Amino acid sequence: MRMAREVVLFESLFKSNKWTWLFGWLFHVGLLLVLIRHARYFWPGDLPEIFLLVQPFKYAAFAMVIGLIGLMGRRIAVERIRYISAPSDYLMLILMLVIGISGAVMTFTSNHTDVIMVKQFASGLLTFDWANLPTEVHFLVHIFMVFVLMAIFPISKLLHVPGVFFSPTRNQVDDARKKRHISPWALRQEKEQEVRLNETLGKDE
Amino acid sequence: MADDFEVPKLPTYLEIPKMNEGVMAGDGPFKSVEEFQTPLGFPGAKVDNWQEVAINKMGELKSKYRSVQVFLDACVKCGACTDKCHYFLGSSDPKNMPVARQDLFRSVYRRHFTFAGKYFPKLVGAKELDDAMLDDWYNYFHQCSQCRRCSVFCPYGIDTAEISMAAREVLDAVGIGQKYCNQILGKAITIGNNLGLPEPALRDTLLDLEEEIEEETGVAVKYPLDQKGAEILLITPSADFFAEPHIDGLIGYGKVFHQDGVSWTMSSYASEGANFGMFIGSYDIMRKAALRIRKAALDLEVSRVMVGECGHAWRVAYSFWNTLSGVGAGADISDEHAMKLQNQLDSRYPQPQHIIEYTHDLIQRNKLKFDKSANDDRTVTFHDSCNVARATNMGGIPNGQFILPREVIKAVCNNYVDMERSTIMESTFCCGGGGGLLTDDLMEIRIKGAMPRMQALKEVEKTDAVDTLVAICAICKSQFSKVLPKFDFDPYMIVSAHQLVSEAIIMDKPQTDDSEAEMPIEETITETVE
Ligand code: SF4
Ligand code: SF4
Repeated sequence: MRMAREVVLFESLFKSNKWTWLFGWLFHVGLLLVLIRHARYFWPGDLPEIFLLVQPFKYAAFAMVIGLIGLMGRRIAVERIRYISAPSDYLMLILMLVIGISGAVMTFTSNHTDVIMVKQFASGLLTFDWANLPTEVHFLVHIFMVFVLMAIFPISKLLHVPGVFFSPTRNQVDDARKKRHISPWALRQEKEQEVRLNETLGKDE
Repeated sequence: MADDFEVPKLPTYLEIPKMNEGVMAGDGPFKSVEEFQTPLGFPGAKVDNWQEVAINKMGELKSKYRSVQVFLDACVKCGACTDKCHYFLGSSDPKNMPVARQDLFRSVYRRHFTFAGKYFPKLVGAKELDDAMLDDWYNYFHQCSQCRRCSVFCPYGIDTAEISMAAREVLDAVGIGQKYCNQILGKAITIGNNLGLPEPALRDTLLDLEEEIEEETGVAVKYPLDQKGAEILLITPSADFFAEPHIDGLIGYGKVFHQDGVSWTMSSYASEGANFGMFIGSYDIMRKAALRIRKAALDLEVSRVMVGECGHAWRVAYSFWNTLSGVGAGADISDEHAMKLQNQLDSRYPQPQHIIEYTHDLIQRNKLKFDKSANDDRTVTFHDSCNVARATNMGGIPNGQFILPREVIKAVCNNYVDMERSTIMESTFCCGGGGGLLTDDLMEIRIKGAMPRMQALKEVEKTDAVDTLVAICAICKSQFSKVLPKFDFDPYMIVSAHQLVSEAIIMDKPQTDDSEAEMPIEETITETVE
C-alpha cells in the first residue's frame, strides 16, 4: 500500500517539494501514457478497438516535455540542486527532451512518418527480423536516442526505476518484534561465534 | 573552527539558507586512539594501505546490506532532500545537504563499483578516495545525527543515516575512529554501561534514590538490582541513573511499577539501554552490546524485557534485538539460539516493550490515578525523538509512536500543545545531538543543528506560553539541557515524560494484598529485594 502510493502518486516527493513533484509527476505520467500509445507499433496484426481509446494519449507528450523543461529549469536555477548535479544529470534530461520533442514533432506537425513502416520494423524487432526503416531525420533521431537510452539504462541513474521497488525504507514490513529477521551472513556468524562469545560473556544457558 | 562561531538567530519563519561552501569544513571530532580502538577490534591508527582496506570494506558492505547498494544506485539527484536536514538549515554548508553528504560516499562508490564511474568518472561525478576525501568523510559523516528525516522526503526513501553508518564503519576499518563513540563503546561492552559505572556504584545510587523518594512521598518505592526471578527486566539508558533531568524519569518508572505491584529489576551486567554500536554502523559491536541484555534476561529468569526512555535504544530494541540476540518473538523452531530465550519470555506481552507502552496500557486499564493539577504550572509540548519517530512503533497501531507518548502526557497534565506540524511526528527535527554527536568537541554543529527545533519551540512559546519540553530520549534531554540556554530558553524546561507522570501520580500507601487484580499474569510475586 505504502509502495503503491509511492509509485503512483510520488507521495514522499509531494511532501517534500511541490514544484519538483509537479514537474516530475507530469513527466512520468506523460511518459507512461505515451509509452502505452507506442504499444500500437509493437502489436502484431490489426489493432484492436481499445487502441482508439489511447489515441488522445498523444497529448501526453506535452505534459512530458513540460515536465522535463521544468525539471531542467530547476536543476539550473536552484542553487542547491545545481550543486549536487553531475554532467550526466543534465545529459539525461537533454536526452529525454530530444526524444520527447522529436516524437512530438512527428506526431503534431506535417512531418508524419510512415507509421506502417515503423510498425513493420518494430514488430520485426521483437522477432529479431530487421525490416526497413523510414528515413525521416526526426524519426531517426528519435529512435536512435531511444536506443542510446536503452543501452545506458542498466549503468545509469535510470536504475531508480527498479530501485524504488527495492528500497528497504519503503517496502519492509514493520514486524520486527513478532518475527526474527536474520540474514544468512549474520546467522552463519552467530553459529560460528557462539563458542567464542560463550567464553567472553560467561555462560549462556 | 573551535569556539568562534555565531549561534544562529531564530528566524520567525524557517527559511532555506543560501549556501555557504565550507563553513563547516574542519577536522571533525576528536579522533580515537589506540587504547579505545583495539578493544573494539579496529586498527589503532590509520593503516598504511588504507585505500585498499577502505575499498574492500565498501565492497563488503555493499554486498552485505541491500539498503546501502540500493540507496547508492537509486538517487536521481532530484534535490527534494536538500532542504530537509537540520544541519544544513542551521549551518548552510552545502555538504550538509543529505544528498551531498551521500555523494561523498557515492562518488567513491561510483568510481570503484559502477561501470559508468570506472570509465567516465567525470561524467557521473565519480571520485577517487584520496586524503582530502577521507578527511571530508570524517568531518561530514560526523555532522549527521542519523536522524533519517531526509529519508522521509526522498522519493526513493534513501536513508542518509544508513550511508553515514557505512562510512563510519569504513573509517573504523582503516583505523580512524571517533573518540567519543569508541571510548563509550569500550565501557559498554566491558563494564555494561556507557558511563562505566560498576555494580557497587550503581547499587549505591539506587539506594540513595530509594531513600530520597521515601522521605519525599512516604512510600517505599524500590529500585531493585539483579533480582533473580523478577517479572520485568528494565533496560534504560545509564544517564537515567544520575543526571538531571534523566533521573526524574527513573523515579517515575519506579513509581509506576510500584503502583502496578509488579516485580521488576535492573541488571548491573546489562545496565545500558543505549547502544552506540548502531552509530558507528558495526553489526558486531551492536550485537555484543545486545547480547549482554540477552544474558541478563536469561540469568535473571525474567519473563518480560522493557526499555526506558531512550531514542536509539528503542530503535535497536524494537528493530534489531530480535535479530541480534533473540529478544522478541517468532523465531524459527530450529533456531536454538533465539528459542532458548523466546520460550522463557511471556508471549502475551510485546517483547521488548517500551516503558511508555507499559504506562499507557496501565492508564487505559485505569490502574493508575493521577492528580493532573500537579502539573498545572506547566504548559507542555512534546519533542518526537527521531529514532522513535522514524524507526519504531509503539502499541502496535499505526503511528502509535506519536499517539502513545502524547496520550500519556495528556493523561497527567492539563495544558498540552503541539509544535508546528511540519516539525513533529515523522517530520520531526532532530535535537541536533544524536547519532554519536553528543560530545563537546562537536558543540558548533550541535548548536547550529538545534536551530530548526528551537525555532519551532520559540513559536509555541510565543503563541501558547509553552514552558516545558518533554522528550523520551536520553540524548535529546542532554542535548537540550546544553543548547536551550544558547537560544534564550530555560535549560530546565526539558523533562522526561515520566517526570510528569511522577509528579501527578497518586501513590497508595504500602499495599496489602490487592486481590481484585485483573493482571494477566498471576505468578507468585516476590515483591522487591530482600
Ligand atoms: S542528520 Fe538526519 S536529515 Fe541530516 S543527513 Fe543525517 S539523517 Fe539526513
Ligand atoms: S531526495 Fe532522494 S533521490 Fe532526491 S536527491 Fe535526495 S537522496 Fe537523491
